[in-house]
Amino acid sequence: MPIATASQTIGPYWHLIEHPEFADLTRFGAVGERIALTGRVRDGDGAPVADCCVELWQASPAASETFPGYGRAATDSDGRFRFTTIRPGPLPGPGNVQQAPHVALNLLARGILGRLVTRAYFDAEPLNDTDPILALIDDPARRATLLARPAGEAVWHIDIRLQGEGETVFMAF
Amino acid sequence: MSEAFPTPPDLRTPFRALTPGTQPPNDFPEYGSTQKRHPKQPLLRIPQTVTEITGPRFSPSRYPSIIDLTRSGVHEALGERIIVRGRVLDEDGRPVPDTMLEIWQANAAGRYAHPRDQHDAPLDPHFRGEGRVFTDAQGWYQFTSIKPGAYPWRNHFNAWRPNHIHFSLFGPGFATRLITQMYFPGDPLLELDPIFHAVADEQARRRLIARFDIECTKPEWALGYRFDIVLRGRETAVAEE
Repeated sequence: MPIATASQTIGPYWHLIEHPEFADLTRFGAVGERIALTGRVRDGDGAPVADCCVELWQASPAASETFPGYGRAATDSDGRFRFTTIRPGPLPGPGNVQQAPHVALNLLARGILGRLVTRAYFDAEPLNDTDPILALIDDPARRATLLARPAGEAVWHIDIRLQGEGETVFMAF
Repeated sequence: MSEAFPTPPDLRTPFRALTPGTQPPNDFPEYGSTQKRHPKQPLLRIPQTVTEITGPRFSPSRYPSIIDLTRSGVHEALGERIIVRGRVLDEDGRPVPDTMLEIWQANAAGRYAHPRDQHDAPLDPHFRGEGRVFTDAQGWYQFTSIKPGAYPWRNHFNAWRPNHIHFSLFGPGFATRLITQMYFPGDPLLELDPIFHAVADEQARRRLIARFDIECTKPEWALGYRFDIVLRGRETAVAEE
């Protein structure tokens, strides 16, 4: 049986496939509660990661003709990115346990040979308390790395730390 | 052979674990950029949910194909013309149909049409270096380009990247997302390249190298290369029969 092809880094020149409109998941006319999700990616020294490809995938609302569910954004010189999307709703989880609203984030960059996957949840969402993925993280400070915080009218912000103090919880599956 | 799989896979079935040694680690000291960009905490192993099992869909109506990278300018790109084709399969050998591949690469002189690439090699105004193709029902893809040049980088003294083409694939789920690089046979720089060697398994490394393919070489026109790509397969259901 064939074995899955090895990953290789996206490198520093991936912007040749960057299309800034991909960062707006509402561009095909999606209806729903429109939000911005902003973030900042920093490395083990706390320095901004200025060449990161941040991808977003959300299974809610379900992808359709008007909503791709997928977005891609480049970080700027300060490590910042911004998506415009529709706020996700709860999702089914393993064993009939509901998952709290969340989006998955996929980080790709020079120095990342595979992919770094994390999730952004919404702070103060009541379902977070029973979310089966958040429940796997014992340390409240670690769990908090997955929470996007309100940062203005319909704007949510998440800080992503690849390494070191406040290191984001990254996932394998 | 797709004919051997009359029943399409259940789209809710999780994807199977990756084979140890066949994927690069996050921390690989020989590749200096990993030093500050790898998590030191262990990855959190999570069950695959609808978020991981499903994934985005792309169609050429919204994401138009760019199947000939040599024709992005007014004139034809300079360099050794190549045709790259191959199949995208899963780990059960099933074709992955209608999936998008994104491609990007340096020009024939080893320079990217990218503002951050300051390598002192000429830009080709007629080569941008972006491609986008979709697999057919049998998982086949094909595009035309020029052979990218090798280029220096600052990872270590006298470091040069081997000739390579970058590939981005999605497959059926978020779990099957893959970014990889295709290399060329016989390249002496491969043995010295830490990115290539971050893959511990020799067979897995070898699968990143395209084969010269006389069948897809077009007489009087372009050399052909074959590069097959395998995406994660789904977990095997316990046999019910």
